[in-house]
Amino acid sequence: MKKTKILAAIGGLGLIILSVFLIAADHIDAPSVAGTSSDIADFYAFQGADTNNLVFVVDVQGLIAPGQPTDQAIFDENVLLEINIDNNNDLVEDRVIQIIKRDSTMYFFGPVAPTQTNDPLLSVISSSNMSGSVKISTTTDLQTSTTNGMQFFAGPREDPFFFDFTQFNEILAGNATGFSNPGTDTFLETNVLSVVIEVPKSMLGSGVVGANPFAATTAVYNVWVEAKRKQ
Amino acid sequence: MHMKTYKFITLLVVICISLLMVQCKDSDDNGNVIGMAACDDGLLNGDEEGIDCGGSACEPCLTTTLDFSGNYMQEDQMGRPGINTILGTTGMKDAFNVTIPSEMQAAFQANFQANLMLLNSGYTTNALGLDAATFTTMLSKDVLWVAETGNTTYFNGTEILTGRNLTDDVIDTSLLLIYGGPTGVDNPTLTTDFVAANDAVFLNTFPYVANPFTN
Repeated sequence: MKKTKILAAIGGLGLIILSVFLIAADHIDAPSVAGTSSDIADFYAFQGADTNNLVFVVDVQGLIAPGQPTDQAIFDENVLLEINIDNNNDLVEDRVIQIIKRDSTMYFFGPVAPTQTNDPLLSVISSSNMSGSVKISTTTDLQTSTTNGMQFFAGPREDPFFFDFTQFNEILAGNATGFSNPGTDTFLETNVLSVVIEVPKSMLGSGVVGANPFAATTAVYNVWVEAKRKQ
Repeated sequence: MHMKTYKFITLLVVICISLLMVQCKDSDDNGNVIGMAACDDGLLNGDEEGIDCGGSACEPCLTTTLDFSGNYMQEDQMGRPGINTILGTTGMKDAFNVTIPSEMQAAFQANFQANLMLLNSGYTTNALGLDAATFTTMLSKDVLWVAETGNTTYFNGTEILTGRNLTDDVIDTSLLLIYGGPTGVDNPTLTTDFVAANDAVFLNTFPYVANPFTN
């Protein structure tokens, strides 16, 4: 009975949801950015192989078909990617890492306290705080660089996201009652443009205890990524 | 006579200097200097574009000629996976992307809660013990928690929301919390998509993300 109600509700919503439920995790998540060079596809943050470091992965311009790895989607020199780090759980960034392309190279700035502007959505690049750069990789030429303990990468990668998104849409549309076993990864054999940065935690300041109620004694950072276009 | 001698000597000197310069150029052509070009010798040599930078061997030049000026205006934002996609509403998704995290709860929590109830009208609490208002309050503040020390995972069976690894099945975690009810056992056909892993193997070292498909 409960299940019927759920499915009825889902079915009723199906068409509405389907039209907005494009591609997760954040791939093509909203009309204004979908399919543009500022569309963030995904964001990961995890401890590095060297546990003194954190790694950030920012994916943009998702769902690049195999065989169309780089010429179909290239980093945009007018789009600034900004990783935000909040140290005290006030949801305001205390440090930023800024990333932007010039010619065939990706440049990285910070971690540094953000330059204050008159609009919280507006950023300027802390050009005096360049921390490193790396030649942008191709599908066959992997380029990484290391400066002051930070490591940098930018280029096409296999899309690490996995989800039977097609079946989920069928569920939302009322055409299916659940997922299929086994499922089918909608992101199978697709590429994405990735930026990867490994940063010594010592450059990020301290986290704060209490932000995560499920890890009450663990100090955490709040982190998120933004894409910003030159005006 | 004196004049002629003077001219002769001048000519001789010029010829000698010329020979010296040719010799000097010859020694360059031996490849010694080019072969010894290094990215830390303080010289513009090899195919460097600037002193010790650029070209095929050295790091790119960090020259002041690059223009990083200007104002950059926000167009997209992401903390946790799938938040705007799953809980956002048509007409509000663009607004969510241009709202700073400290203002998100006030602007979007009520809408997220309504959408959660539309996804699962039977929602009471989830496996984290969160009622609809508490759950959507947490999610509306779209930042990713990352542990300063220790394991970083969206959910690994023990640790909860301490980061996001490449291998984390964030979709199953999200489905479980939306559809699984207080103990995670409700709606079993909706709490996993039966895709448990990525289709490529991640690297153990930087840059961690798998090599791209080439065909």
